[in-house]
Amino acid sequence: MPILSIIIWLTIIGGLAVLFVGDQRCRPIALAVSVVAFLFSLPLYFGFDKNTAEMQFVENVAWLPSFDINYALGVDGIAMPLILLTTFINIIVVISAWEVIKDKPAMYLASFLIMTGFMVGVFAATDAILFYIFFEATLIPMFLIIGIWGGPRRVYATIKFFLYTFLGSVFMLVALIYLYTQADSFSIAAFHQVPLASGAQTLIFFAFFVAFAVKIPMWPVHTWLPDAHVEAPTAGSAVLAAIMLKMGGYGFLRFSLPVVPDASQQLAWLMILLSLIAVVYIGFVALAQIDMKKLIAYSSISHMGFVTLGMFIVFGALDNTVEGDVTDHAALGIEGAMVQMISHGFISAAMFLCVGVIYDRMHSRLISDYGGVANTMPVFAAFMVFFAMANAGLPGTSGFVGEFMVILASFKANFWFAFLAATTLILGAAYTLWMIKRVVFGEIANEKVAALTDVTRREKFMLGLLAAMVLFFGLWPQPLVDVMHASVANLVQHVTISKL
Amino acid sequence: MNNIGLATPEIFLLCAICIILVGDLFVAEERRPLAYMLSQVSLLITLLLTWYISPATGSVTAFSGSFVMDQMSNVCKSWILIVSIGVFLYSRDYVNSRKITSGEYYTLALSGVLGMMIMVSSSTMLTLYLGLELLSLSLYALVALNRHDARSSEAAMKYFVLGALASGALLYGISMIYGATGSLHFDQIAVKLAEDSNSTAAIFGLAFVVVGIAFKFGAAPFHMWVPDVYDGAPTSVALYISAAPKIAAFALAMRFLVDGLGTAHGSWQGMLIILAVMSLVLGNIIALAQVSFKRLLAYSTISHVGFILMGILAGTNEGYAAAMFYAITYAITSMGAFGIILAMDRMDVDINLLTDLRGLFRRNPVYAAVMMVLLVSMTGVPPTVGFYAKLAVLKAVVDVDLIWLAVIAVVMSVVGAFYYLRVIKYMFFDDPAEPTPVVAPFDVQLGLTLNGAAMIFFGFFPGLIMVACMAAFAG
Repeated sequence: MPILSIIIWLTIIGGLAVLFVGDQRCRPIALAVSVVAFLFSLPLYFGFDKNTAEMQFVENVAWLPSFDINYALGVDGIAMPLILLTTFINIIVVISAWEVIKDKPAMYLASFLIMTGFMVGVFAATDAILFYIFFEATLIPMFLIIGIWGGPRRVYATIKFFLYTFLGSVFMLVALIYLYTQADSFSIAAFHQVPLASGAQTLIFFAFFVAFAVKIPMWPVHTWLPDAHVEAPTAGSAVLAAIMLKMGGYGFLRFSLPVVPDASQQLAWLMILLSLIAVVYIGFVALAQIDMKKLIAYSSISHMGFVTLGMFIVFGALDNTVEGDVTDHAALGIEGAMVQMISHGFISAAMFLCVGVIYDRMHSRLISDYGGVANTMPVFAAFMVFFAMANAGLPGTSGFVGEFMVILASFKANFWFAFLAATTLILGAAYTLWMIKRVVFGEIANEKVAALTDVTRREKFMLGLLAAMVLFFGLWPQPLVDVMHASVANLVQHVTISKL
Repeated sequence: MNNIGLATPEIFLLCAICIILVGDLFVAEERRPLAYMLSQVSLLITLLLTWYISPATGSVTAFSGSFVMDQMSNVCKSWILIVSIGVFLYSRDYVNSRKITSGEYYTLALSGVLGMMIMVSSSTMLTLYLGLELLSLSLYALVALNRHDARSSEAAMKYFVLGALASGALLYGISMIYGATGSLHFDQIAVKLAEDSNSTAAIFGLAFVVVGIAFKFGAAPFHMWVPDVYDGAPTSVALYISAAPKIAAFALAMRFLVDGLGTAHGSWQGMLIILAVMSLVLGNIIALAQVSFKRLLAYSTISHVGFILMGILAGTNEGYAAAMFYAITYAITSMGAFGIILAMDRMDVDINLLTDLRGLFRRNPVYAAVMMVLLVSMTGVPPTVGFYAKLAVLKAVVDVDLIWLAVIAVVMSVVGAFYYLRVIKYMFFDDPAEPTPVVAPFDVQLGLTLNGAAMIFFGFFPGLIMVACMAAFAG
C-alpha cells in the first residue's frame, strides 16, 4: 500500500473537500481528515525496519520522463519521525481553530490541510525536484494564512516571509539543476554519490545554506521569523515553529552534509559560529522581548541554533575521537539535533497555543497586560508552566534530551563550544521563566485578568495531548532514537568519505 | 512541388475571414453576435484541420519549399488556435458593450491568427516576412480600433511607427543574408553558412534580424511599445497581443535563428544573452514601480520574454523545447490574467489601477482564486505550470554552462515575486472599495475557471505539453 502517497494526497484532497463543503460543516470533516491521515502515518513507525538505513515504504513512478523527474517517495529514520510530527501537529491545529476562527473557517482549515500534505511531501520526497516542489508549495498556503487571518502588520510580515524563503530556495534550485548535470539524475541518492570538485562544492554548499539557513532560521537571516510569528494566527505560528522550521534542519541533513561533505567540513566553523551566536545572542534578545509571541519566536531561533550546532559539530567530534566506534560520538550530535527538532515541534507548538489561549480571551500579546493569570486560570497556568519548563530544558521533559545530547557531542569537539552552548540552559530558563513569572504568577494585574475563564475542554484536550508527548519523550526517548540510529550512522559514514 | 493540401487550414481560415468580413455587412446590428459565432467555429475547424493533416513525423514542404509543415509548426499552430479561441471568448462581452465594431474586430483578429500560422509554417524568409506583416498590420489596426479614444490612437501610432521601423530592420537584415548566401530558403542558407560561417555580410544581416525579432517579442531594449500598447489599446486587444503572438514570435526566432542561421549560433547567442539579461532586469525592476495593472503585466511580459530567449540561446534541442513550453504556457497564463481584467471591465469602468483589484476575493472568490493561481504561475512557484517552464529553461541554460545567467534569472524571479504578491495582497487581504459582486456569463466563468485549473493541472502533469515540445525538436 502506498502509505506515503495516501497521507499526502488524503490531506490535500481532503483540504479541497473541506473548501467545498463550506463554512458550516467544515470542522468535523477537517478533523476526520487529519485524524485519518495521522492513523495512516502510524504504520510508518510500527512497520519501520530500524536496522537499515535504506529508504523504506518506497514509491517510484516516472513522472516527467523527458526531464528524468520521478515521483519518488520513501522514508528513512530521519524523515519518518518528522512525518509523524507533521500529521500529529495537524490534528492539534484543527482542534485549535475549532471555535476561534470565525472568518472563513473552511478556507482556513483547507489551507492547513493542504499545507500538511505538502510538508509530508517535503520529508518523504527522494527526488530532488519533487522535494523542491513540495518545499516551495508550502509557501502559498502559509502566505495566505498569515495574510488573511493575521494581525495588524500581516501584509508586511507575510510578504517578508515569502520573499525571504523564496530567495533562499531559488539558489537551491540552481544548485539542484547543476547537480543533475553532474549526476545525470534527480534522485537525491545519486546526488549523495556523485563526486564534486572543491570549488563546486563550496558554491553548492552556499546555495543550500541560503535555502536552509533562511528556513530554519539561522542568525543573521532570521529576521522574517519574529515578524511572521507575531502576525500569524495561533495555529499558523504553531505550524511554522513546529514543522516549517524543521524543513530547514531536514534539508541540512538530507542535502548539505551528504551531498557536499568536504565543503561542509571546511565551512563547519562558520556553521558552528553562527549556531553559537544564535544560541547566545538570540537568547539575550529573547530576554528583552515585551511581546510573548516574539519571545517564543526568538526562543525558537535559539533552539534551532542547537540543531545546526549538533549537525555540524560532527566533524569536530570525528577528529577528536581516539577510541571506540568513531561514528558514535559524531552520531550523538546529529541524533541530538533530531531529537531537539522533534521535541521543539511539540514544545513550541504548545507554547504558541498557550499564548493563543490567553490571546483569544484578552486580545493582547504584551507581557505587561498580564499578571496573576494563575489565580483565574489555574489549569491553564499548570500547562503553561509545564511547557515553559520544557522549553527551558528541564530534565524529564523532551526539551532536555536533545540539548543534553548536543552538548555532550560538543564536548567531544571543543570544550568552549560546549560551554557556550550550555549557556542556553541558563538563558533559556531566564527568559522563559521570567515571562512566566510576569504573566502567570503574582497578583491579578487588572480587571480583564480577573474576568478570565479557565481553559475549555477543547483547549485542555489539545494542550494535554502535547504535554503527554513532551513528557513521554522526556522520560523515554529510546523509541525515537532507536528508529533514527541506523540512518544517522549511515549519514555520518557518508560524511566521512571525501567526494573530491 | 505544389503540395497545396498542406495549407488547407490556412486556406480555410482565409475563406472564413472573407465570408465573415462580407457577411457582416449584410447582417442587421442586433444579429452581430453572428460574427463571433462564425469566428469561433472557423477557428475550431481550422484547429481540427491542422490536426487532421498533420504528419506523424518528419517535415513536408509545399509551394516549392516555401511552406513547411513539421512537428514544431503543428504544436505552435495548435496552441495559437486554442489560445485564440479563449481570447475570443473572453473578449466577446467587452467588444459588445464597448460598441467596438465587432465585424472588423473579429476579421482583423482572425487575419492576425492567419498571419501567425503562416509565420509558423514558413520556410523561406519571404513567407516569414509575409506572415509577420499580416500579423503586424492586423495588430496596428486592432490597437487603433477604439478610434475615439486618444490613448488608443496614441498607442497605435507608437506601435505602428516603431513596428514599421523594426520591420524595416528585419527586411534589411533579410536582404543582407540573401546577399551573403544567395538564397531565401532557410535550409539552403544553413548549407551555405556551414561552408562559410564567418561571412561578415551574413553576421551583419543577423544583427538586424535579431533586432526585428527582439522588437516583435518585446524584449528589452526594444520593449518601449509594450507598456503603451497594453495600457492604451482596448483591453480585448491587449489580451490578444499578450497571448498567441508570443508563440508566433518564438516560431519566428526559431525559423530564422535555428533553421536558417543555426551555424552562426556562436554569433547570435551573445546577442540574445544581452537581450535576455536586459529583459529580465528591466522588466522585473520597472514592474515594481507600476501602479497600473496593465502596465505591470506589460513589464512582467518583458521579463518572461527574457526567459523564452534564454531557452533559445542555449542552442540545444532541450533549450528550444523549453522555450516553446515557456511560450505556450505563458500565453495561457497571460490570457487568463487579461480575461479576468475583461470580466471585471464589463461595467463600463475600465480596470487599470492595481487598487481596482482591491478586495476581489470578497467580490468574486473564484476569480480571485484563478487570478492568484495565474500570478503564482507567473512567479514560478510549484505546483503550477510556471514552475516547470522556468525549470526547463534553467536546466537548458545550466546544461550549456551558463550558470551565471541562471542565477540572474532566479534572482530576478524573486524581484518579480514581490509585485505579483502585491497583486495577491490587493485581491485577498484588502477590503473592496465597492462590495458589488463581479459577475460574468456562464461560458466566460467556465473558461476562466478552466484556465486557472489548467495552470494546476499542467503543474501536476507538465509532461502532456512537454512531450509534444520535446518531440518537435527531437530530430
